[in-house]
Amino acid sequence: MSELTRETLTINMGPQHPSTHGVLRLVLELSGETIVSCKPVIGYLHTGIEKEMETRTYHQNIALTDRIEYLASYFEEMAYCLAVEKLLGLEVPRRAQYIRVILCELNRIASHLVWLGTSALDLNASSVMMYAFAHREEYQEMSEIVSGQRMMPGYFRIGGVQWDLPEEFFPRVRKFIDELPRRLDEYEALLTDNPIWRDRHIGISSLSREQALAYGVTGPVLRASGVNWDLRKAIPYSSYEDFTFEVPVGANGDAFDRYTVRMAEMRESGRILRQALDGLPEGPYITSDRKVALPPRPELVRSMEAVIHQFKLVSEGIHPPKGEVYAAVESPRGEKGYFIVSDGSNKPVRVRVRAPSFSNLAALPVMVQGEMLADVVVAIASIDIVLGDVDR
Amino acid sequence: MTAALEPVQEFLAERLGDDALAASVDRGEATVLIAPSRVVDALAAVKAAPWDFAVLIDLTAWDRHPIEPRLEVVYNLLSWSRRQRLRVRARVDSRDAVLPTATGVYAAADWFERELWDLFGIRFDGHPNLTRILMPDDWEGHPLRRDFALGDEPVEFQGHIPKRPSDIIPHVPARRKDR
Repeated sequence: MSELTRETLTINMGPQHPSTHGVLRLVLELSGETIVSCKPVIGYLHTGIEKEMETRTYHQNIALTDRIEYLASYFEEMAYCLAVEKLLGLEVPRRAQYIRVILCELNRIASHLVWLGTSALDLNASSVMMYAFAHREEYQEMSEIVSGQRMMPGYFRIGGVQWDLPEEFFPRVRKFIDELPRRLDEYEALLTDNPIWRDRHIGISSLSREQALAYGVTGPVLRASGVNWDLRKAIPYSSYEDFTFEVPVGANGDAFDRYTVRMAEMRESGRILRQALDGLPEGPYITSDRKVALPPRPELVRSMEAVIHQFKLVSEGIHPPKGEVYAAVESPRGEKGYFIVSDGSNKPVRVRVRAPSFSNLAALPVMVQGEMLADVVVAIASIDIVLGDVDR
Repeated sequence: MTAALEPVQEFLAERLGDDALAASVDRGEATVLIAPSRVVDALAAVKAAPWDFAVLIDLTAWDRHPIEPRLEVVYNLLSWSRRQRLRVRARVDSRDAVLPTATGVYAAADWFERELWDLFGIRFDGHPNLTRILMPDDWEGHPLRRDFALGDEPVEFQGHIPKRPSDIIPHVPARRKDR
């Protein structure tokens, strides 16, 4: 080996780079085009949300949770509400649980579509990106019909949801799930047998089962490494035990397996959606516990009690009993958990957000070690990080 | 899914003696409190068979201000085979917050411990690269401590109104019956 080739070159990838999917900086040490070491530098999007949450009431915090994993806001709200409900020992009406599942699974499909579009765009397959984003637009319109917002919905409430699903939502979502398999077939026809797509994905950025275990990797990245672990099945929450669905698992843990796992997950989400819509129970959409949920509007003109409850909830908020809880959901990126400590006052002492993107990104150096520089782009796209989630 | 806590508690008491300080199940969640110096031994013990808490799903802390030892570090463990969670806790003094590193037991602890150093000022002895991870490198203080005031950064603009944390809704302490 000559003197020249023994030298390594250190370069910066990011913080502003089209294929880091946010403000992520990677310090890469290269020998030729081979990665010797990779050091992710994060924190560019740190907004101190966890600190901010300590100064707000439990209901106000729902608006902040949306902004963490902003492509999967319904999951944030779900995890946060589950944690507070656990703290309160509150039972959520079954209709509300189903509504939450419907919104979350729609959100999962939309989030995976963003991943599909952006990761295809990274490899210059721009038509897939156009199709995926147009498809996702339908989810955003449905989200607007339900919650009033395309992103950052703020629709879930502690003890249920803000209001019932509107009538015009049902034909839209039925059409969406009827069309879903055909459209996914279309994307797969464009990618799965595409020689460039296969060349760039098969055997790239592999993560073994043991490495995934050591780094606490979760979500599709973990399942692509051959671990059958999905919180919806393993530790069910919000009535997920009612639905029949498969957990897609990969074998090699490479970028291609992550692609197949996510594509299969979208189909499974469609199945869950159909079952949830068919079996949507009648009943209240939010708890009737007046210490937690606002009284219905018509009651305010008839009952003094309702007015007092309304006033206390708005001016002071709820007082969960003292204690600490952890609640987690299976978000599109992995285990999204909230660890909340309450001292019995109206504001939490500590809200900790367990971010799946953070742990999955920590495993990136292992994935790209010894691979080519160009494959770092594929690796980042395949772990599907949201930098708002990494930095919080 | 928490039925197996008592054996864990006995197991740790046997292994660590008086250093296994307390154990409890609250709202179906199992936690054990360990003396700070022995916390890594406890993690290594429950990671192995038969407990198999092989995944460090989260590592965080919270500030019990003003009660010393103020900082409570929480290791959130998960076992895939048992479908169970266990929280291992350790309390350290805020003026001398030092814990042994868990990076030798769980690789995932690397970034988590950097985050705890950054936001809580807890040093982890033996950590390979204990630097700030989220805040800027030249930041002073550790923002998630309760005595770190949430406020405004100084700016050089005229007519700037300092931002204040939300005080529209005042802090209402716990009612006596809730305590």
